[in-house]
Amino acid sequence: MALDFDSARLPNPHLTESHHAWRQQLRRFIDAEIMPHADDWDEAGHIPDTLWPKAAAVGLLGLGYPEAYGGTLEGIDSWHAWIAQEELARIGAGGIPASLMVHGIGLPPVMFWGSETMKQTVAPAVLAGSKHISLGITEPDGGSDVASIRTTAVREGDSFIVNGSKTFITGGMRADWVSTAVRTGEAGARGISMLLIPTDAEGFSRTALPRKQGWWASDTATLYFDNVRVPADQLIGPENQGFWVIMTNFNRERMAMAAGMEAMARVCLEEAVTWAQQRQTFGKRLADHQVIRHKIARMKQLINATQSNIRLCFESIEADQANPGDIALLKVQASETLEYCAREAMQILGGMGYLRGNRVERIYREVRVNAIGGGSEEIMRDLAARQYGL
Amino acid sequence: MKVLVAVKRVVDYNVKVRAKGDGSDVDLNNVKMAINPFCEIAVEEAVRLKEAGVASEVIAVSIGEKPCQEQIRTALALGADRGIHVETEGKVEPLVVAKLLKGVVDKEEPQLVILGKQSIDGDNNQTGQMLGALANMAQGTFASEVKVDGDKVNVTREVDGGLQTVSLKLPAIVTTDLRLNEPRYASLPNIMKAKKKQLDVFSPADLGVEVTSHIEQVKVEPPAERQAGIKVADVAELVDKLKNEAKVI
Ligand SMILES: Cc1cc2nc3c(=O)[nH]c(=O)nc-3n(C[C@H](O)[C@H](O)[C@H](O)COP(=O)(O)OP(=O)(O)OC[C@H]3O[C@@H](n4cnc5c(N)ncnc54)[C@H](O)[C@@H]3O)c2cc1C
Repeated sequence: MALDFDSARLPNPHLTESHHAWRQQLRRFIDAEIMPHADDWDEAGHIPDTLWPKAAAVGLLGLGYPEAYGGTLEGIDSWHAWIAQEELARIGAGGIPASLMVHGIGLPPVMFWGSETMKQTVAPAVLAGSKHISLGITEPDGGSDVASIRTTAVREGDSFIVNGSKTFITGGMRADWVSTAVRTGEAGARGISMLLIPTDAEGFSRTALPRKQGWWASDTATLYFDNVRVPADQLIGPENQGFWVIMTNFNRERMAMAAGMEAMARVCLEEAVTWAQQRQTFGKRLADHQVIRHKIARMKQLINATQSNIRLCFESIEADQANPGDIALLKVQASETLEYCAREAMQILGGMGYLRGNRVERIYREVRVNAIGGGSEEIMRDLAARQYGL
Repeated sequence: MKVLVAVKRVVDYNVKVRAKGDGSDVDLNNVKMAINPFCEIAVEEAVRLKEAGVASEVIAVSIGEKPCQEQIRTALALGADRGIHVETEGKVEPLVVAKLLKGVVDKEEPQLVILGKQSIDGDNNQTGQMLGALANMAQGTFASEVKVDGDKVNVTREVDGGLQTVSLKLPAIVTTDLRLNEPRYASLPNIMKAKKKQLDVFSPADLGVEVTSHIEQVKVEPPAERQAGIKVADVAELVDKLKNEAKVI
């Protein structure tokens, strides 16, 4: 058994013909349309607008959304979604999937809790790749403590008047809509609502956060709401129930992130092994030095554990028995795996890996955003401890 | 107009194949398989004919063991309307494949049969031509352009030193070359819809064909490993080596 990206994937008995076909076609698409440009787009700090309609045509944007809105849902399960995350991570430039697939966190609140009119307005355009939607939770005053958000939405007749700011918003510079967490009631978790805010509304403005450690190809923004008037029917779900919408949405985001991290770790393994098998030092292959062999074996050990854990969590999601604590700890398991594999792959590549323009160097820069965004490691452990009734 | 396309299951072109330890064959254990790239071009051409309103139905046929239904499904996802699987065991050589395809041609009576010029595993480049002879149909091989014109098809062929255009009376056989088209990606919705398309399975006996064998594979060995290169210090050394070691100048 070899240690390349595909061979290092543990067998998954749930995969059927349509999963294999999906992987094969998606990989063809990515290898032709994205892979050759990944480094240029990363350096340029954005991906071209034309990529969205292409990704829509191949079925990537619509994966898991109802056919009535331009998606593909019938026969689709978690395994198709896992494959998409893996193949996107294989590009080894986290900003590309982060930006391209940001509707994966912005759209589900609308789909699960929004009105039919709202779904009809937003979903077909987003799934066709012609419009964009982001998720706005984090504020300049804090991200981890979601229950303490300060952006307010005050009822005035048939509208809400929104004031405040959101920051670190992925896709924020491009977004046509933002699924936004706002305070509509009392302090704490029970006073939060989700509101769909169009970015062409009067009083809305944004600035880019262009200089980041990683996710270069993704546009990240700070959003400002200055007396923005939003019709009350743009509420996503019932008033003051937003916290539950946000928490449910997080489970989905964390699974996607964990799947992506494991696959990026596997890219690091693949690159490290390829190099260790050809580079000679002290008269033998790097791969023949015990220290290096142990690094590689440990990479595979962590990858195996993470993969098994991802599978288990997806199985429980498929069985409608997902445990948010397990998912939170899976995210930590995945970021620790990615951190170790990125570090050791860089060590094995030596000076060569330090030069820009290779997947390991790029992935190394993507570790922290994965360990912090979508719920930091500390917060994930804390959440799990609470879920387990500690 | 009915179009029949043949698709073969082969080792994915990205895979670095290895010979088995005993040299009896290529090691196919756990190796990624795919549609033969030339067959994929054939499917694309047939689907384009359908989209252009020239073809009314596209049927994808594959001959092989059960797993080749995966490749038929891929052809269905790319746009073929239904599939036919002729289930065989072990290796089948080009003549047998051609006879089985002839059986399918008799059953379906397509106006056009499109095949890859060769498959990247055996590199035989025989099946299309043999089928042409068996079915007594005109053939345009190594096609880089296919244009149906009434009861004729004009096929531009990639021949040594240029392009040759032949006009064939339908029904006819076309084999595809690399430059005929660039196959599309099958989208996720089409992959899911393909699961529901009709796929009929026949045995060689159903088609009145006996599977025989005329070829024995004697040995499979990997190509000789390339020697590592060396660096020369200057032009003089290079010229010296080319003259006295490589003896090419
Ligand atoms: C590139 C990027 C893209 C992002 N995209 C989005 C997006 O699209 N939408 C969105 O809403 N947000 C987004 N985020 C924000 C992200 O979710 C937050 O950064 C994250 O939730 C952490 O919040 P914070 O940065 O405010 O850190 P803080 O909450 O200030 O925390 C700082 C540190 O303290 C630790 N900490 C906090 N509280 C505790 C505690 N009680 N016990 C122990 N340790 C604690 C945290 O783990 C962290 O290490 C993005 C972030 C980045 C970097």
